[in-house]
Amino acid sequence: MIDSVTLAVLKGRLEQIVDEMDATLFRSAFNPIIAEAHDASHGLYDAETGATLVQGKSGLPIFVGAMAFAVRMVIDKAALDGDLRPGDIYLFNDPYEGGTHLSDFKLVRPVFRDGAVYCWLASVGHWHDVGGNVPGNYNPVATESFQEGMLIPPVKLYAAGELRQDIVDIVQANSRLPGSLYGDLNGQINALELGERRLADLLDQYSDGIIRDAMAELRARAARLVREHIAALPDGTYSCDDWLDNDGIVDEPLPIALDLTIDGDAMTFDFSRSAKACAGPVNISRATAVASCYVALKHIFHDVPANAGVLEPIAFVIPEDTILSVTAPKPVGGYTETILRVIDVVFGALAGAAPELSNGCAYGTINALSLAGYRQDGRRWVMFSFFGGGHGGHPEGDGLNHGNAPISTATIPPVEILEAAYPVKFTQWALRPDSGGPGRHRGGLGAIYEIELLEQQADVFLFGERGRFPPQGVAGGGPAALNRFRFQQDDGYRSPPMASKMVGITLKRGQKLHLESPGGGGYGRAYERAPEAVRADVREGYVSREAAARDYGVVLGETLEIDAAATAARRGEHDDDRG
Amino acid sequence: MTGVEGAVVVGVDVGGTFTDIFLFDEASGRYRVAKVPSTPADQAEGFIAGLTLAAGSVSGIGTVVHGTTVATNALLERKGAKTGVITTAGFRDVLEMRRRDRPRTWGLWGQFRPIVERALRLEVPERTLADGTIECPVDEAAVQEAARALLDGGAEALSIFFVNAYANDRNERLAYDAAREVWPNAFVNFSSQIVPEIREFERASTTALNGYVQPVIARYLTGLERKLAEQAFAGQILIVQSNGGVMALDTARRFPIRTALSGPAAGVIAGAYIATEAGYPNIITCDMGGTSFDVSLVIDGASTLHLQTEVDFGLVIRTPMIEIATIGAGGGSIAGVDRGGILQIGPDSAGSDPGPACYGLGNMRPTVTDANLILGRINPDRPLGGRAALDVEAAKTAVQTHVGDPLGLDVMAAAEAVIAVANARMAGAIRLVSIERGHDPRDFAVMPFGGAGALHVGALVREVGLARALIPRFPGVTSALGCVIADMRHDFVQTINRGLDDLDEAELNATMGDQARRGLELLSRSGVAFAARQVQFEFDMLYVGQTHTVAVPLEAGFDPNDIPLGRDDLVTAFEAAYRRAYGRLLKGIGMRVLNLRVAVIGRRPRFDLSALADAATASPAEAHLGSRPVWAGGQWHDCAIYDRLSLRPGSRLAGPALLEQDDTTIYVDPGMTAEVDRLGNLLVMEGEEG
Repeated sequence: MIDSVTLAVLKGRLEQIVDEMDATLFRSAFNPIIAEAHDASHGLYDAETGATLVQGKSGLPIFVGAMAFAVRMVIDKAALDGDLRPGDIYLFNDPYEGGTHLSDFKLVRPVFRDGAVYCWLASVGHWHDVGGNVPGNYNPVATESFQEGMLIPPVKLYAAGELRQDIVDIVQANSRLPGSLYGDLNGQINALELGERRLADLLDQYSDGIIRDAMAELRARAARLVREHIAALPDGTYSCDDWLDNDGIVDEPLPIALDLTIDGDAMTFDFSRSAKACAGPVNISRATAVASCYVALKHIFHDVPANAGVLEPIAFVIPEDTILSVTAPKPVGGYTETILRVIDVVFGALAGAAPELSNGCAYGTINALSLAGYRQDGRRWVMFSFFGGGHGGHPEGDGLNHGNAPISTATIPPVEILEAAYPVKFTQWALRPDSGGPGRHRGGLGAIYEIELLEQQADVFLFGERGRFPPQGVAGGGPAALNRFRFQQDDGYRSPPMASKMVGITLKRGQKLHLESPGGGGYGRAYERAPEAVRADVREGYVSREAAARDYGVVLGETLEIDAAATAARRGEHDDDRG
Repeated sequence: MTGVEGAVVVGVDVGGTFTDIFLFDEASGRYRVAKVPSTPADQAEGFIAGLTLAAGSVSGIGTVVHGTTVATNALLERKGAKTGVITTAGFRDVLEMRRRDRPRTWGLWGQFRPIVERALRLEVPERTLADGTIECPVDEAAVQEAARALLDGGAEALSIFFVNAYANDRNERLAYDAAREVWPNAFVNFSSQIVPEIREFERASTTALNGYVQPVIARYLTGLERKLAEQAFAGQILIVQSNGGVMALDTARRFPIRTALSGPAAGVIAGAYIATEAGYPNIITCDMGGTSFDVSLVIDGASTLHLQTEVDFGLVIRTPMIEIATIGAGGGSIAGVDRGGILQIGPDSAGSDPGPACYGLGNMRPTVTDANLILGRINPDRPLGGRAALDVEAAKTAVQTHVGDPLGLDVMAAAEAVIAVANARMAGAIRLVSIERGHDPRDFAVMPFGGAGALHVGALVREVGLARALIPRFPGVTSALGCVIADMRHDFVQTINRGLDDLDEAELNATMGDQARRGLELLSRSGVAFAARQVQFEFDMLYVGQTHTVAVPLEAGFDPNDIPLGRDDLVTAFEAAYRRAYGRLLKGIGMRVLNLRVAVIGRRPRFDLSALADAATASPAEAHLGSRPVWAGGQWHDCAIYDRLSLRPGSRLAGPALLEQDDTTIYVDPGMTAEVDRLGNLLVMEGEEG
């Protein structure tokens, strides 16, 4: 067996290879969703099963779980065709077998050693536009994947090292932004080339056998570590229910419900009580559902290494007719909203087992907003961005204000970059008071973004959630504020009938969009928050005086002095109510 | 140099534990080094004490060049001044919203406290558009009202930042003038003056942090000036910047944020100079102290600059700084076995108090220093910094309990494993700055400085495949030496943000000329004598549609006054830079110029390092101090000990060997050879011959 010192060294070397693949793509990508928001990922995968061997630290967390399914799909395809050769690279974006949504293009390349596949390298990146009805592909009213974009099955982009330009021509012809796509594709090829070079160096230095042993041992250790974590939790079944607002087509809430059973050192995620597959684009495939549970667990147990061993002790019950296990051509473009809800219910259920490990839910919607139009000189422009919100309160303190979604490590583009690139002006870019869920540790604040159009006309599309069901608190913490979106028309501001989803908004010059994102859920009972901390929140404008009294039972005077008697009375009353 | 003619130059580097002095008499070529304890409450005390110790009298000193950690500490310990912000209506929360990030990828328990509290961030009516149009002139009365409110709220410094001020600074300037009328001190900053570059959060953060450290630095520098004056000091004081260049005192008062990495930068500068003089211009400097291992890359004698640094989560500084990669692996880093059974080193550290287990000050967990002690590589009776003798048994107990027992190893094997994993982590950091950026390690020497690095260099040479190690004569005062060597340097940036086709060539050349002139005037005003003056131009460019830029330098000596820069020149330079970075060019896609960067450098007179080796006259036999057993490769070796500083140039030693000097211990691994070069540096190489 490999000795522990060599193992520690090789773990670092392998992770470094993948991290550097991430960095190469981030730096050379064209579209800001990859370059700035890091919506991409790289990894090494098992030669036979496609299981994750090594994953980067910097790529999008959700891909950590999903990419194994994508590589599996290529393995099956190559076996069927029987013509796999060194220098092949497969390209595809199938969201069912391969996970996530059509915007994510995967490049998968075999690494050959001594005439046989040693492992696979893969790169996935979110392309700016892949066709479909809506620029940027967040089509909130899609009922089939055909309305969301092109679907490319696994095809050889490179055959034995030769680029097949036909394939490039086909995908470019199906995008509104072919130049951006071309740049991103090249960045992903750069990353794979670099990964293959670095891996070959490492294999030459240590031998194929030692590296194979190291990867097997790392997987075994990850499984062992997860078992230890699970064994430390009290046995039992813990449930958490949450809801999506609607599917964009039918305005009915969709439950995402988890019954989490802990039994010794094993764990079962049972999603049977969740909604049936829906008409609109908030369905996800089973691969995506499993991947999002992995993300949630990794947020709770962050010392667990990123490989397939993590999932060994975990069983999934996801019936085939649910919203969490759909197949083609059910629309899946809004997968981000659904996986955020899956993560929320994992946090909620785990809080039942071990509140000291969990946290209030984060803002829980990415608010994919797209503005598109033509400039006076006829050039097309598409501004596409995701927005932030608050993180949940947690055992160590208040939630982070204006963070990124748990599924990503994305940063938001600067206002100045957006204003320089698109005919828009931000009139507000601010924290949103009273948006954090009350709690002993308050949820972090969401944000207010207000955008004015500077060109003649633009079409606006929004794909968001949490307009009807707020992010929940845990351990007695309260919910955060709801997502709110308004758009200006000639007769004043309006809100989308589906709360946070809408297509076909036409905006004129000078008219504004107004988005207020949710904060995070609270942690622990709000009445246990120190009155001084509540007063400080009011002084800083995080919490209003009214909310301090209403949510925290802390009564403040005109100059923000604490009215001790009134506070005691209010908090006491509340306890009596609970009696 | 001005001040006292033919004068004495003294480099003073104030670190967390020690204040290091390097004195050089230009007339006689004589030098002196000194090390005194730092005085954290008022760094000026240790400063004067060290200066007096080295120079006898302060009055004869012509120039003091100072590397300081005052700003670094104020930032890391959050002890800056209470700062107020005046900003564009709608944007008071830019500092707190950051770029919507979080501290760690995994785990959602992050927190962030901005350095300016929300109640002290006020908005005024004004708006500039992205193309520089003033849509709404600034309301100056509102600015003054806000300034008064911030003063009432206790603010000592004021930072003004307006959206799109990089494109037109008019509103910011008017606001600055208005605010100065009511603000009682000079601690007023505006963003287009600090860093006129696109990206509001990074610019705002840098501006606010400048204000945050400004009063602290100003008080420190004023105190220092006064104390020096009391000692009849008649020379001038220069401050080392994070970009590795020095600046005059009044520049430091205006832009104190440029000293955030002052001390470490001086070390890299010295490393680059020493290595180049020794004939190895490609080096990787490694500063290993108690808690961290700082690595920096020097290519062809030049350090690499980073345009942006995050000193702590959400505290972003956007000014050029020497690129230093830091990992938590120092002598005090704690070793342990994680739940998965993997041996880990750091990032937790025992620091210097309580310190390693062998200090006997209460820490029971094993550190890298404990492992080195067990293996015989540190002399228990001669610890750094004048401590009591080290407790080997305490070190063994700690290593056996926390590493040996969980892994089933005996104490010697466990100690060796700790060193192996620590070396692997350090090697990883070295790879990160070298191999991972396409540099071949066989082209590089590694240069350790700081107290602990020289124990590990041999292993690093082997592990990474480096050509050799180069250990400077005085590893412990390298940063102070760097102060004496550093050039004067001023960096400027201006956002252009135009497509290549829309570029106004005449305007661009005029801007380049202006920036160069401003820098050269600063050099002239400093009163320092320079051997040469240089202006370097660089552009941040990208393909239209990309968001990350490639650095596109113009060739050295380019002067827009001689031959104006044309579009074609930019295309050629961009394509060369892009091909270097990514291998392939993209066809049919336009190019864009985002920023112009100008560096104006005043070269200081050359420093002759051979002066440092003048006292080294002993042969290896004469310098031999005895021997002690050292454990390596699973067995004890009888290891000779030498007095490093007395070894004469040309001396050669075979490993295993230990070379001792006051500020460090050098360990030469079995199978490696050490050689003293003509400047008194020690070269350590693989093999018998070297």
